[in-house]
Amino acid sequence: MAQAGTLEIEHLSKSYPLKDGELAVLADLTLTIKPGEFVSIVGSSGCGKSTLLRLIVGLEEDYQGQVLLDGERIVGTSLQRGIVFQEHRLFPWLTAAENIELGLLNAELTPGQKRLVVREHIALVGLEGFEKSYPHQLSGGMAQRVAIARALVGKPEILLLDEPFGALDALTRAYLQEELQRIWQAEGITMILVTHDVEEAIYLGDKVVVMEPRPGRIRRIVPVALAHPRERTGPAFAEIKQLVLQEFAGSSSASLAEPPLRPQLSETAQFPQWQFAI
Amino acid sequence: MANGKFRRDKHPVPHFLRGWILPALLLLLWWLAVKFQWSTSPLLVPLGKVWDTSVAQTRSGELRIALEASLRRDLIGFAIGVGGGLAFGIALGLSRLFERMIGPTFHTFKQISLFAWIPLLSVWFGLGDTAKVAFLSLAAFFPMVLNTFEGIRSVPGELIEAARVLKFNRRQWIFKLVLPAASPSILTGVHLAMVYAWLATLGAEYLLVSGKGIGNTMIDGRELFLMDLVLFGVIVVGLVGFSLTWLAARVERRLLAWRGHSVTLRS
Repeated sequence: MAQAGTLEIEHLSKSYPLKDGELAVLADLTLTIKPGEFVSIVGSSGCGKSTLLRLIVGLEEDYQGQVLLDGERIVGTSLQRGIVFQEHRLFPWLTAAENIELGLLNAELTPGQKRLVVREHIALVGLEGFEKSYPHQLSGGMAQRVAIARALVGKPEILLLDEPFGALDALTRAYLQEELQRIWQAEGITMILVTHDVEEAIYLGDKVVVMEPRPGRIRRIVPVALAHPRERTGPAFAEIKQLVLQEFAGSSSASLAEPPLRPQLSETAQFPQWQFAI
Repeated sequence: MANGKFRRDKHPVPHFLRGWILPALLLLLWWLAVKFQWSTSPLLVPLGKVWDTSVAQTRSGELRIALEASLRRDLIGFAIGVGGGLAFGIALGLSRLFERMIGPTFHTFKQISLFAWIPLLSVWFGLGDTAKVAFLSLAAFFPMVLNTFEGIRSVPGELIEAARVLKFNRRQWIFKLVLPAASPSILTGVHLAMVYAWLATLGAEYLLVSGKGIGNTMIDGRELFLMDLVLFGVIVVGLVGFSLTWLAARVERRLLAWRGHSVTLRS
């Protein structure tokens, strides 16, 4: 089992250059995530949550402040940090099993060991029997499970999830949330989930980080001291949900007051993101 | 599904025969034109005579010799053009330096009409097989380069990021990501190269008249005013082109089965 890592984010700021000046995406963000913790990040569109994940995974550089994993500054991508995007991003010309094996391309394992590890992960995400299916033959939920297995197969210390269930229907989403929680408990690794869905954030997270936009910063961190598995309909759950939604509403109404026309973030210009209106 | 009548085909001609209606009517028209002597021009030869010529050409082995010569040139030129085009296109697609240095020259050369090369090629290589092969490998080269380049440059950004996260090295980058992602476009290039090479085979035989070939058979027919021989040549050329396209489509469908949606429906 992989050693879970401690992630420290200290005074992190990030901005994109524009024609006239700069656009601040993240401003002075400080957050510590303990090994094995599950942290949910919620916030409205444009609050920089996805940028935060891209910085942690190493797809974005040029930032001020520090992002440290086990005390070491993050530079570029690494197999210690896995990510699941909103779109599955599987290679369409490879089968499910071959896609998962991509996560082991540079692992020092014999082909036999790789096959074994891939089989274990197919079982972990419950896809026995679909090893030889191509992505176009899988449903959205199944493809996303393959993507989760691909991210986990290399035994990362941290798994980042960028709205992984955002494009799925409600039933599949609820099912995969339970699956993800089971995987988190089984693997014992650190997970950071970015989502629009407050209920999802509370259901899964040890704490919920509420962010507010322009520039992206932490509004409040709400601890979720409920035992797993959580009852979505219980009174304690509802109370926390109310708390988070209040923070959320506060930041949303503030952002709605701003003029709707603003320069396009290069974050969204790089690849299309389907986001939910709040 | 529950309602069988919904799918019932009321058309009098079965589906797979419908494409043959127009050719059959044209043949009928031809036959009628000869039968009722709508024209007495020697350009109008009876159907039967074309058939007889076809049989005679096949029996005497002339067809085999001509077709073999044409196809051999086609294949060699196609192979050179596709091989060279693939290598060039990959280099152009992968290396910005190569693109900056060679790209502009290449894009200038590709503007030159293919047939404008003929005078140069015939001076360099004579009128023999070498010049013809050079000409049709050039015909196959350009679509191959362009499609390979295009395919490599349009690898989806999402997959590029996925590969970065998975820490692909240079080799894995090329063989596990770029080439598979570009393969639909590359195969389109191969398909086009095949079509162009076959067109150029005929073009070369027409413009560099010497030696044997199916194009030369047609030239002979024209010069001797044997319309039946010309028409026979047209039919053979059409059949070869049709077979090549069919073959290319089969190969493409097989290799690109992972795309799923590209498989054409039969109904």
